[in-house]
Amino acid sequence: MTGELTSHLNQNALKRQAQRERLSLLGLTSPAIIIIMIAMVLPVGWLFYLSFLSDEGVISLTNYQRMLDSKAYTRIFLTTFKVAFLTTGLCALIGYPLAYFLSQLPERIANICLLTVLLPFWTSLLVRTYAWLVLLQRKGLVNEWGIGLGLWDEPLPLVHNLNGTLIGMVHIMLPFLILPLYGSMKSIDTNYLKAAANLGATPTQAFWRVFMPLSFPGLFAGALIVFILSLGFFVTPAILGGGKVIMVAMQITRNIELFFNWGASSALGVVLLLITLGILYISSRFVSLDNILGGHR
Amino acid sequence: MKNVVFGTSKFILGMTAGAVTAAFVTSASTAAFADQLTVASWGGSYQDAQSKALFQPAAKSMGITIKEETYGGMSEVRLMVKAGAVTKDIVASGSGSAARAAAEGLLEKLDYNIIDVSTFYPTLKTDYCVGGDVFSTVMAWNTKTYPDNAPKTWADFWDVKKFPGKRAYRAKVAGALEPALMADGVAPEDVYKVLATEEGMERAINKIKELKPHIAVWWESGAQHAQLMKDGEVDMTTGWNGRFDVAAKDGAMVKYTFDQALLDYDCFAIPKGAPNKDLAMKFLAEISKPEIQANLPKYITYGPTNKAAYDTGKIDEKLARMMPSHPDNAAMQLPVSLDWYSKHEQKAAAMYQDMLTE
Repeated sequence: MTGELTSHLNQNALKRQAQRERLSLLGLTSPAIIIIMIAMVLPVGWLFYLSFLSDEGVISLTNYQRMLDSKAYTRIFLTTFKVAFLTTGLCALIGYPLAYFLSQLPERIANICLLTVLLPFWTSLLVRTYAWLVLLQRKGLVNEWGIGLGLWDEPLPLVHNLNGTLIGMVHIMLPFLILPLYGSMKSIDTNYLKAAANLGATPTQAFWRVFMPLSFPGLFAGALIVFILSLGFFVTPAILGGGKVIMVAMQITRNIELFFNWGASSALGVVLLLITLGILYISSRFVSLDNILGGHR
Repeated sequence: MKNVVFGTSKFILGMTAGAVTAAFVTSASTAAFADQLTVASWGGSYQDAQSKALFQPAAKSMGITIKEETYGGMSEVRLMVKAGAVTKDIVASGSGSAARAAAEGLLEKLDYNIIDVSTFYPTLKTDYCVGGDVFSTVMAWNTKTYPDNAPKTWADFWDVKKFPGKRAYRAKVAGALEPALMADGVAPEDVYKVLATEEGMERAINKIKELKPHIAVWWESGAQHAQLMKDGEVDMTTGWNGRFDVAAKDGAMVKYTFDQALLDYDCFAIPKGAPNKDLAMKFLAEISKPEIQANLPKYITYGPTNKAAYDTGKIDEKLARMMPSHPDNAAMQLPVSLDWYSKHEQKAAAMYQDMLTE
């Protein structure tokens, strides 16, 4: 009898404590929520509103009509998605083996190697982009050496085009893919692989049929981050694309200069945002976003 | 807890100080200290030159103070004017954007009874924007690639057989169609007549399409086209003369010609509803005077808009000959038509963008 009462009291106390904890957590997160409201939701809403204003300041669809009228806008959106897609693909091709290799190393060595992966993060994006320009241009290091060593005769078109843009972007985006992928690979229980071997799988089979599927959420998380960040790229394609790779972010600045009108640009931003959200929605039907954004398992 | 209270009181203190400052600044800009002007330009070495050559000497002789700011161009002026919260008295602008802003009613009409422009080049001012410096969009080439027979005309720029090599061209339409038409055989004086029709614009764009396979880079900025020439990334480019002078000084193998170049200018305007409009007008009068204008070439190789600046003796002959607005150089060039830009730029830009993304 007394035992029951105590446990009842305990339960009440626990419930109250949990409630208090939730409240204090809310209190702690409120600065973040307020900042996001002020720095994110309000401006985006305002830009959304501006995109429906014509030059004369009346509500209209001129800014969207313009996008339909000119073929250039469709091509710019296609270029943007092509570049983002190729960047993601190349990052996955380069990043997966590297992350796998890192995940197999002893922790201490892996940490040192991870540091080198992270190193580019600490260098300014602008500096890295210009560095590529110096390396890849017609009289740059790569071409001078290649020709000097007799590997090729004419300077290769490595920069001021799609090639250069992709090289620069993959270099910048690679850590974004490797980090979540490495994390998810580390969390894969090696007992599964042992179990597979126990059931007669060769190491190759165990990798393809057990390890790889288990690492997919991490790969997908990394790829999604890379893809979405790539969609908004400005500096790298502007410097390494030679004016031939025109992405949405570049057109946004051009429209502001040309029309003196923020709506003309925010309409582009709205369309890009909607398409991106659409892609997120579609991907969420195939893979649980919780799985991707909320870590593994 | 103590810390929090302390932090809050400090925060409140800061707020009060901020409010007081704000109130002070507001009153300063309206009544009490009406001898301060806010001038906005584009920053960088360009504004440095403007500041040293024009703003500071003019402010000194008028006994006023100048608050310098940087700004993002006429789109920002548009926002300020529409919101009825104009904080800048004078803005520097490209001539074309100023013309379009004026057409939109974003600028105050200038009073040429106060600003003396009698010795200005007549094309270097409008009712709403008075010229501050002159620059040229020229053809530049690598002197190592073309050592003996330098290209002379836009037709040579297009002639990839006679002048093999990579080209760079502007990524925006401003200053891009005129050379194409001249290369296509249109006389400089007829260029804007032809461009006034859609067929004319198409003709120019088709001519650029012809050259497109040889255009390695579409440049976005002056710094970029200077670097392209310096690195030998392209053999010929269009661009702004001052940048090539700087590059040549740095050892780049680059030369350019004023022949068939496009004569253009930057100008100063007063946004509609500027807080110190009258004083701003007097300030514009001051920086347009020949003796102040004559300071400019010392800091940047863009020429004065006031012809009389060449008579002040402040600009030596060698420097004067390098200026786009030197009478001999100006005579060879096609002055950019602001009228055309205010009427056709948006349409032309859409066609140009279409060509670029094709």
